Amino acid sequence: MLYRETGQIKTDYKSDMAMFPIAQDRWFIYGCVAVAVIGLPLFASSYIIEAFLIPILIWSLAALSLNMLLGYCGQLSLGHGAFMAVGAYAAYNFATRIPELNIFIVFILAGLCAAAVSVLFGLPSMRIKGFYLAVSTLAAQFVIEWVFSTVTWFSGDNAMGTVDTPAIVIFGYKLESSIDLYMFCLVINIVLFVLAKNLVRGSVGRSWMAIRDMDVAASVIGIRLLPAKLLAFGVSGFYAGVAGAMYAFVYLKACDITSFDLFQSFNILFMVIIGGMGSVMGAYFGAAFILLLPIVLNITFQTFFATSGFAGLVSNIEHMVFGGLIMFFLIVEPLGLARLWSTAKEKLRLWPFPH
Amino acid sequence: MTKRKLFLTALAIGMMTAAVTETALAQDKKSDPNKEQFIPVLVYRTGPFAAGGTGIPGGMMDYFELLNQRDGGINGIKLVWEECDTAYKTDRGVECYERLKKNGAKGIPFIHPMSTGVAYALLERATKDKIPVVQIGYGRTDSSDGRVFPYSFPLLTNYWSQNSAKIRYMAQILGGEDKLKGVKIVNLHLKHPYGEETKPMLDAMAKRFGFEVTHIPVPWPGIDQKSLWLQIRQIKPDFVINRNWGVSCTVPLREAARIGFPRDRIIGVWWCGAEEDVIPAGKAAKGYITAAFHSVGTDSPVIQDMFEHVYGKMKGNVSASRVGSVFYNRGVVWGIISTEAIRLAQKKFGVGPVSGEQMQWAFENLELDAARIKELGAEGLVPEIKVSCFDHEGGGRVRFQQWDGKKWNMITDWIPSYAKMVRKMIEESAAKYAKDKGITPRNCAA
Repeated sequence: MLYRETGQIKTDYKSDMAMFPIAQDRWFIYGCVAVAVIGLPLFASSYIIEAFLIPILIWSLAALSLNMLLGYCGQLSLGHGAFMAVGAYAAYNFATRIPELNIFIVFILAGLCAAAVSVLFGLPSMRIKGFYLAVSTLAAQFVIEWVFSTVTWFSGDNAMGTVDTPAIVIFGYKLESSIDLYMFCLVINIVLFVLAKNLVRGSVGRSWMAIRDMDVAASVIGIRLLPAKLLAFGVSGFYAGVAGAMYAFVYLKACDITSFDLFQSFNILFMVIIGGMGSVMGAYFGAAFILLLPIVLNITFQTFFATSGFAGLVSNIEHMVFGGLIMFFLIVEPLGLARLWSTAKEKLRLWPFPH
Repeated sequence: MTKRKLFLTALAIGMMTAAVTETALAQDKKSDPNKEQFIPVLVYRTGPFAAGGTGIPGGMMDYFELLNQRDGGINGIKLVWEECDTAYKTDRGVECYERLKKNGAKGIPFIHPMSTGVAYALLERATKDKIPVVQIGYGRTDSSDGRVFPYSFPLLTNYWSQNSAKIRYMAQILGGEDKLKGVKIVNLHLKHPYGEETKPMLDAMAKRFGFEVTHIPVPWPGIDQKSLWLQIRQIKPDFVINRNWGVSCTVPLREAARIGFPRDRIIGVWWCGAEEDVIPAGKAAKGYITAAFHSVGTDSPVIQDMFEHVYGKMKGNVSASRVGSVFYNRGVVWGIISTEAIRLAQKKFGVGPVSGEQMQWAFENLELDAARIKELGAEGLVPEIKVSCFDHEGGGRVRFQQWDGKKWNMITDWIPSYAKMVRKMIEESAAKYAKDKGITPRNCAA
């Protein structure tokens, strides 16, 4: 009843090609953005912003990055943690060696560096597929970790081996409070979200999906496999690089290579799988699920068990329930939370009179 | 239908969790907050480092409990604390900090990050929030320069001091500093920022004393070190420094036994010097020496009090058999230093809960002399410490312990570091940090 597109007639090409052709969807997204831009900074505590919202904004970009590569183009990468590291280290070097650079330019350059590295490690994708490609991208993880921990030039020859990111300054204004940093992440996130959404529904995204579904057929209908795959690696690397730079600059503020280890690569992969492959929204659902659920479980069990003398139970039960819930969701909806979301929309369409 | 039911169940569970969280966040303390001192405790009870992640906070919480049970708190102010499990992950550590930082009448007095990664991530946040980050025996070495890092306290001994003390100890074994010339030392370190941190220190000392140091990186997590030990056999070093963590601490002992390298020439970092590190190596560990900044065993009166006042009343936080172990005693040391600083803050700012800013003053002016340590019943357990605005380390002295196959024995008295040399390198590194971050160092003379 509420969610029905009857009567929404598209009278020109523009409305037909709109990002969200259904008015209710559009309003929903506008509402989400309004809440994110106005509501949350006004009402959320700094705990919510620092511990929940900023990480979600950062990791959803990372998940989006892998989702474009894996979910749309069908190329599995286990090196995304390392691509984030490339972005973080590149941003650090640009920002400290050329302090005049605007922070947005620094982040774009960092993204481009990560894109270049990602393309380089994407080259084998022409010859190898599936699990074998996963193993070769795994090499990226180890090579890049080795480079950054061995060549100290990248971390500014710091004796501690860490990257001390400089403060974020935009046109002379230093971003310090949690709301400043949140808005900074939000702006980057929204811009990249719009870009990604348009990229995947345009010709580029369609060629990626064709490759994902059957690469031989794709090449028969005239898609050049190598440029299309490398473009996917490049775009994905760019997003990962920006996410890495944000993680280092906004969240950790001082980091070393262990912040971008293999577990982070796996984490990104889990976000994509749980969130839903081949869906932009899925990246957000996945990031929220993987980041928030353990914390929510922890707080919940803390309340129940902390005083009862079972302190050890809290930590262990968190892992057990978290693992159980992952399995639950994968059994109920193997296509991820995004699929659950669209099923809900389908149901809502017929509500309250399902036939 | 079943699918829909499942979906609804999932939704219901989600909403319930959300509701419970809400109440958890809004939960009020029942007792009078002005008669309590809240302390956050980060732990990690799961994962490969859980031995340290339970033992150390366990000892610390036991010491808080001891003060509550035996003395009724600090000047009548009860200590209350809340645990938060970080699982040794940096982002979870940040979340825990943000979750707990507003607790208590005046916020939290300090935080023990329990991991170097978390310490780094909290440095800037805590400075902004005016909450001291206390890292005893680990953490960011160059933050010993209190002028640049007002809210970071790598107390007692940082890694560079520890390594310079190791060199002094080696000189003692050999019979003098001049004997170090031509000596071969292998620095077997984890390929990890923590492992790499001491390389510049050792290189500088090699230049000064004319010994030869070879850095051999151990790939994470360090379970297989066979090829590395073949390399060590070729080098024929006089000493091997074992700078690992967790399971990679144990492997060198077995490998050394295999090639017949004397175990009493392996000098470990103190994170490789717990019972958990040597027991798995069995006989191969006998004779192994590590650095330490506190003693082990249950001899100290304060540890004896634990049995009477804490474990006797079933209030202990770890199993009683771990009392007196290395990690446990380390936690007690942390507890003693933290609570002595609270005592000092109460002396200056009045009895009651204290804020992070007041604690910053207290840590900066903390002094534990031999008489006070004796009074606390912690003789030999805690070294003397004197912190200042200029020097946030406040100690720099190390003891060495040897494993006799059954327990750790202290084999030296406190050995001082080469403080001047360490300090010079710390200042250089801190100055670079200040430049990167645009910080103007405080003037400590004022």
